[in-house]
Amino acid sequence: MSATMAEKKHAAYICSGCELGARLDVATLVKTATKDGKMQLVREHAFLCSAEGVAMIQNDLDNEGVTHVAICACSRRAKTEAFNFPTTAISRGNLREGVIWVRPDTEEARETTQEMAEDYVRMACAEVKAMTVPSGNTNVGGSKTLLVVGGGISGMTSALEAAKAGYKVVLVEKTGALGGWAAQNYKRVPTREPFKDPEDTGVADMVSRIAADANITVYLNATVTKTAGAPGRFKADITVESGSTVTEDVGAIIQASGFTLYDANKLPHLGYGASPDVVDQAGLEALAKAANGASIKRPSDGKEVKSVVFVQCAGQRDPSGEHLEYCSGYCCNVSVKQAMYFKDANPDVETVVLYTDLRLPGNGEDFYRSAQNKGVIFSKGVVSTVAATGQGLTVNFKDLILNEDTQAQADLVVLATGSVPTSGPDLDALNAAVVASESKDAAIKAEADIQVEKLRAKSVLNLNYRQGPDIPHFKHGFNDSHFICFPYETRRTAIYAAGPVRRPMDMVQAREDATGAAMKAIQAVENAGLGKAAHPRAGDLSFPTARLEGCTQCKRCTVECPFGAIDEDEKRFPLFNESRCRRCGTCMGACPVRVISFENYSVNTVGAQVKAINVPDEFENKPRILILACENDAYPALDMAGMNRHDYSAFVRVIPVRCLGSVNTIWITDALNSGFDGIMLMGCKHGEQYQCHFVKGSELGRYRLSKVGDTLKGMGLEPERVLDTEVAITDIVTLPQRINDYAAQLEAMGPSPMKGF
Amino acid sequence: MSVNNTEMAVRYKNNFLKELEDQAEMGDWIKMCMQCGVCAGSCPTNFHSGWDHPPQEIFMMVRAGRREEVLTSNSMWMCTSCYNCYVRCPRKLPITHIMHGIANYAHRLGVAPKLQPTRNFGKIFWNNAAKTGRVNEVMLTVDLYFRNAEGKFDLIGGIKKALEMQSVAIGLVKAGRLNPLELFGGHKCKDQKGLQSMLKKARELEETRKALKAA
Repeated sequence: MSATMAEKKHAAYICSGCELGARLDVATLVKTATKDGKMQLVREHAFLCSAEGVAMIQNDLDNEGVTHVAICACSRRAKTEAFNFPTTAISRGNLREGVIWVRPDTEEARETTQEMAEDYVRMACAEVKAMTVPSGNTNVGGSKTLLVVGGGISGMTSALEAAKAGYKVVLVEKTGALGGWAAQNYKRVPTREPFKDPEDTGVADMVSRIAADANITVYLNATVTKTAGAPGRFKADITVESGSTVTEDVGAIIQASGFTLYDANKLPHLGYGASPDVVDQAGLEALAKAANGASIKRPSDGKEVKSVVFVQCAGQRDPSGEHLEYCSGYCCNVSVKQAMYFKDANPDVETVVLYTDLRLPGNGEDFYRSAQNKGVIFSKGVVSTVAATGQGLTVNFKDLILNEDTQAQADLVVLATGSVPTSGPDLDALNAAVVASESKDAAIKAEADIQVEKLRAKSVLNLNYRQGPDIPHFKHGFNDSHFICFPYETRRTAIYAAGPVRRPMDMVQAREDATGAAMKAIQAVENAGLGKAAHPRAGDLSFPTARLEGCTQCKRCTVECPFGAIDEDEKRFPLFNESRCRRCGTCMGACPVRVISFENYSVNTVGAQVKAINVPDEFENKPRILILACENDAYPALDMAGMNRHDYSAFVRVIPVRCLGSVNTIWITDALNSGFDGIMLMGCKHGEQYQCHFVKGSELGRYRLSKVGDTLKGMGLEPERVLDTEVAITDIVTLPQRINDYAAQLEAMGPSPMKGF
Repeated sequence: MSVNNTEMAVRYKNNFLKELEDQAEMGDWIKMCMQCGVCAGSCPTNFHSGWDHPPQEIFMMVRAGRREEVLTSNSMWMCTSCYNCYVRCPRKLPITHIMHGIANYAHRLGVAPKLQPTRNFGKIFWNNAAKTGRVNEVMLTVDLYFRNAEGKFDLIGGIKKALEMQSVAIGLVKAGRLNPLELFGGHKCKDQKGLQSMLKKARELEETRKALKAA
């Protein structure tokens, strides 16, 4: 903490355990650290991560005035608990997973292996000298209250769970009552053994528990009209129907704004609108509620329904793009339940469910079996039209098992239309409209203004973030999440999407989801209060700062930040909201004038490592390949390649980066200038099936680096000298192969002409 | 081919699924099929060439009320009772038994395909065995061989077939498994009268039970 103030003292520790001593010339490494690394203190230890080794380092910190430590032993991913000195700047030279474990133990390989190790020692020394100890964000705010937007099953669950954990909750519901769609149901799909009959919705119980909970404040008929601030210090304006506004201080937000049914009016071919006896699933719940266990009457003439057809996937899973492309996941179970309403009241009612694939998550298979036992008929078929004929309805469908066009007669038809998320405006569309509204053409401007107003009216959170008022959308208009690894995370720190606003789901899934979101929100407020990062670098105390006197106001950082952490101040300089930041470094990579840095990760910390690598001249026949590897996937994959003893070229030097998005092109240019023969960029998969921990980081990084071709051209270098490659954490076997292939390709190309300058 | 016995269909108001639930052995399982097709995929008889419809299709047709097509189908008769589908069905439907149940019901109604080999042999075998309580191998062979494709008595064809199979027959005779003298009446079980009344009673019980359901 006092490192910047007090005198710096750099020390390097070189471990000779885990066969490092046998495979490497450790005495030379000590010399390298002293001479090339310019370390004031260098020690060797046979078992550095042992209690004794750690005590040795601690003693130097306490009594020798050491402030910066380069540990040259195993990977930075190993022995993190032993080498945990929170008040000291630490770098790690990866001699084990990165050198001896990826090199053959032969006399022939000894020389290049040793050179590899020496470079990693130099790099660790150079890196630590460019680092300072992160001191933590001081602009923290202290609110630990959670704001839950939406009072349906998800919102109520989040509120109850958080309150149970001792946190205060502000629950905002736009209608006059809690309960959401669930409250409109007659009964719900069973949640308990034996999963045979519909059960009570449980809404009344939840509402009364919320009313009785002193931790929960409920606003009904209310919306969030403005949200300002950052995690730990949000200010949310809550406006009630009367127009009065209350401002609540909150630390984190759970958006549980739910869904609406897909509008059945868009399905006239299925008879909706043409006959009152064609209803959607909510329509049937209303009829069932009215009947309250007695026989259900049809809307047109009040006649008791004797036959009912359920049409699954109505307006869903539509490949034409006209209707919903996706499956809403819950509607099959709901149709099974609704068919039971009829069978339970009168077993003689003919109930037919027309489906293409029954998808019954949870214990739905048991429920389905129970419906079959009750005599509900399930037919595999695609409905083409529903027509009103005389006294009833005719459902025309293609039977997929018998492969023929056929029809069924019914008194009532229920359409399973699925769900559409209430996820606020599409930010891309909104931002495009905002740009258009600045047009000088009056007609374009007028149209864009209307569009902006229309989109803004859909906002759920009304964030005053530079990047837009809501959480960005991902697929099909759902609020995004890191689907593969971290489903609760959105691209707005401490704002969590829960329930069907995130992806289609049923009530059981929504409750689970809402509980998870509440836990994540609690974690977020706690981390924010301590000035620490949230997921995925949870606990990280570093945060980006900008040297504003060098800033050219190009806005790349404010536009590119995947998490909307950076606003613009009145003078149009970037305004960092540290607690919104995930520490990916995309801003640092984007900055063309390189004024953005972290205390322990900066243009310098990586740049110094690049410069520390010894590049032999062209006559030595020892090429150099720089690998910038994402620390989340590529670097662990390389470590695991080492653990599995998959050899790769001795000419590569790997530097971990927080994200491909943080890669600044200056590193590339510097490396090429200093005679590197090739550069491999290893980042996560991007695009729709992205695997980037920072969602857009690798995509933005790739886009930026795709422009590096001009630089290469200017230097008279072949474009193949920079290779961008997607790496997944599982590429343990293939990655060394790819490295070796690239090394061979470079060898065939001949040495870089930049060597020796 | 029309179903001449439509009395049952009328009684069940064209609810064929209900009709089979009541009248065919194991018919109450039909509604539980979930159309996964594992039965068809497991069938070793290569139903594509022989079967009118695989089992799950038969079950779907039952639900769709296609009575005549189901009852006159050869599918149930193609089953070799290997029990592979029965074992594999994820819904635990006793498919083999359901097949036999529907086959038997179609046979009783008199609408099953007449000269379908399984049904034909089954009928000859049952009549042969039920007569005395013991199978008369010689008469069984005669009944089976001396009929042409239309089911008519065919002396020349029968002799031809018998000559084709003579080495097998001689082997059986030598092994004591076939007694040529049985042509003139063979062995039988002791209580002939008791056997017949037992069979009669069994039939009676079954019919009463099914009639009660149909009522």
